[in-house]
Amino acid sequence: MDFLNAIVALANYVLVPGIAYGSQLALGALGVTLVYGILRFSNFAHGDTMALGAMATVLITWLFQSWGISLGPLPTALLALPFGILACIGLLLLTDRGVYRFYREKKAKPVILVIVSLGITFIYNGVTRFIIGADDQNFFDGQRFIISAREFKKATGLDEGLSFKTTQGITIVTAIIVVVLLFWFLNKTRAGKSMRAYSDNEDLALLSGINPERVVMITWMIVATLATIAGVLYGLDKSFKPFTYFQLLLPIFASAIVGGLGNPVGAIAGGFVIAFSEVTITYAWKKILVYLMPDALEPSGLVQLMSTDYKFAVSFVILLIVLLFKPTGLFKGQAV
Amino acid sequence: MTETARNTMLFGVIAAMIVYVGFAQSWNSALLIVAMGLISAIMALGVNLQWGFAGLFNVGIMGFVALGGLAAVLVGMPPTEGAFAAGGVGVVVALLMGAATIVLAIVLYRRMSPGLTRSLVLIVILVAGFFIFRGLLDPSVDRIEAINPAETGYLGGLGLPVLVAWPVGGLFAAGAAWLIGKTALGLRSDYLAIATLGIAEIIIAVLKNEDWLTRGVKNVIGVPRPVPYEIDLQNDPAFVERAAGFGFTPVEASTLWVKALYIVLFAVVLIILMWMAQRALHSPWGRMLRAIRDNEVAAEAMGKDVTARHLQVFVLGSAICGIAGAMMTTMDSQLTPGTYQPLRFTFLIWVMVIVGGSGNNLGAVLGGFLIWFLWVQVEPMGLWLMNLITAGMADGSPLKAHLIESAAHMRLLTMGLVLLLVLRFSPRGLIPER
Repeated sequence: MDFLNAIVALANYVLVPGIAYGSQLALGALGVTLVYGILRFSNFAHGDTMALGAMATVLITWLFQSWGISLGPLPTALLALPFGILACIGLLLLTDRGVYRFYREKKAKPVILVIVSLGITFIYNGVTRFIIGADDQNFFDGQRFIISAREFKKATGLDEGLSFKTTQGITIVTAIIVVVLLFWFLNKTRAGKSMRAYSDNEDLALLSGINPERVVMITWMIVATLATIAGVLYGLDKSFKPFTYFQLLLPIFASAIVGGLGNPVGAIAGGFVIAFSEVTITYAWKKILVYLMPDALEPSGLVQLMSTDYKFAVSFVILLIVLLFKPTGLFKGQAV
Repeated sequence: MTETARNTMLFGVIAAMIVYVGFAQSWNSALLIVAMGLISAIMALGVNLQWGFAGLFNVGIMGFVALGGLAAVLVGMPPTEGAFAAGGVGVVVALLMGAATIVLAIVLYRRMSPGLTRSLVLIVILVAGFFIFRGLLDPSVDRIEAINPAETGYLGGLGLPVLVAWPVGGLFAAGAAWLIGKTALGLRSDYLAIATLGIAEIIIAVLKNEDWLTRGVKNVIGVPRPVPYEIDLQNDPAFVERAAGFGFTPVEASTLWVKALYIVLFAVVLIILMWMAQRALHSPWGRMLRAIRDNEVAAEAMGKDVTARHLQVFVLGSAICGIAGAMMTTMDSQLTPGTYQPLRFTFLIWVMVIVGGSGNNLGAVLGGFLIWFLWVQVEPMGLWLMNLITAGMADGSPLKAHLIESAAHMRLLTMGLVLLLVLRFSPRGLIPER
């Protein structure tokens, strides 16, 4: 019985949140890695792109709510998501036209593009705060839990409850759908193949008649889609606050680099590595150990390796270790 | 127009703008802009060393500045009575143990042959070391934080003159920079950016959460000053008499005098650093750095150790940022970890360097003053603009209220826009590199 309780507690506090957070990071890291593979720079504006896409979705959700449209048990935000994605695509294409294209034509050094993306970060951030303010916004509606802790306890008779939030379920399902679609697109369609060709070898791709501007355009559209979905899922799961998206930049980049920059499979793996490291290192293990250990050995403290305030430090340390020992990442990325 | 005349004119314009603030708003604001402009100029000088000389992209300026601030507290504040006896020894031993664990792991990593045994031994040492570290640290920290938590609850400082903290702040920042540079330099340039972004966030997290060291978000206030206190000046009859001679009230005269003293101190530091940076730029070392920046492969082929030079210049530039951070905390006479934001302490400095002219020390100083001036003045200007735009709208309309309320966020937009425009249309900045 104690053993079962321990497993349920583990699932409730570590596995489920870890998988949900990992999916969000993986979607974010996929966006970063695609920009890196095709446009060949680290896009610092990605966090704030997520914030902008999420903001557009939040605004449309509110509009729908005021019209009385809802999805029943599911959050209305899912209905608003496609419109948010469209808004984000428009914005990124506009940014590319107005800013990035100039440097691409000039063949500027990657580091210049990184600085430019930092400038874009602050413009996006300013726009987000200008429109929606800097505070927390709640846009979740619908049913809160798929399985609530109380029902679970009643049904199983265990002491520990397992709660599974709707947002976590949606996050996982959406992430799987998006990743399957993305890989289908990259591997099976003509446009996807031209993207991979361009990423592998720019000159050869140009020689075989691939239009680089088209590849770049498609990339931005995909990146906008991924960023908006990741942003909305994170916002639904935690809460929407413009500043947190800037802070997400570090775990997202850590995921992309740990997996190998430029490698989509790596980005997904990296997302889960970072998410689970963060959750396991900052979780207080006392509850689970109490079930598993004999009474005499029960821990007195919380058995928390690090306080949750240092969760960024975890992704940072993993990043440093990877940079030191395997700079190309777990799956071979492009960068050295 | 000759170059000297042009530069003089640019600095003249800024001086005129500051004097205008003095007449239109108040002399206190004008002097504050000068003092903070000097600090900004020093930070810009440090970043220019990294970016302008060597092409290194550092996004962690905030962290190095905050370390300087920490130095001001650790050096300048008086020690908390009984704190060191209660837990200071434990903390020091714990930190030494932590460091020893890492050193031991590194030594073993180098000595042992690669394989499963080495990995296992390293993991055991690191995990055991971590638990010993926490086991020693936690009880000592609890004892320190239990001492009068409302007022102290931290170790306090050494009680030395606060001016000593300025070079110490530089040393702190240099240490952190060395650690980062050692791992991230020699890889792709973007990796340094990401690593510095991370270290800055972590340094701020440490300052916010390690109450035994910095009192965390409870802030350390009353860091001693290198200049007299206003209240003492106001009670000094000789000073009041002199102030009256110039037609100032005692309060006004004392605040202005204190700021002027700070300005003199900061200006001395800036001049020394500026002289050193200029000498470095025109030395063989500076030429080597620029050669590396412009063509790494060629420089390496000429036998230059690119990574070692990069590490050197990265550490030096970060140290300058640390000095500036210590100076800033000294002037504020408080350390408030909550106020360190990447926008204000990292991004703004970048705008200064790029607008001023990367690769030119004088340009960095100019950028420091100009952008700081804009930073301070954009908010009132934004509010004014919003009032102008919304003037025609009906009072009490929600849009009008929203627009006026959002004027505070104009800074982000303006600074981002300034950076992009300069990068696009005048990438060499106001005073270009020669």
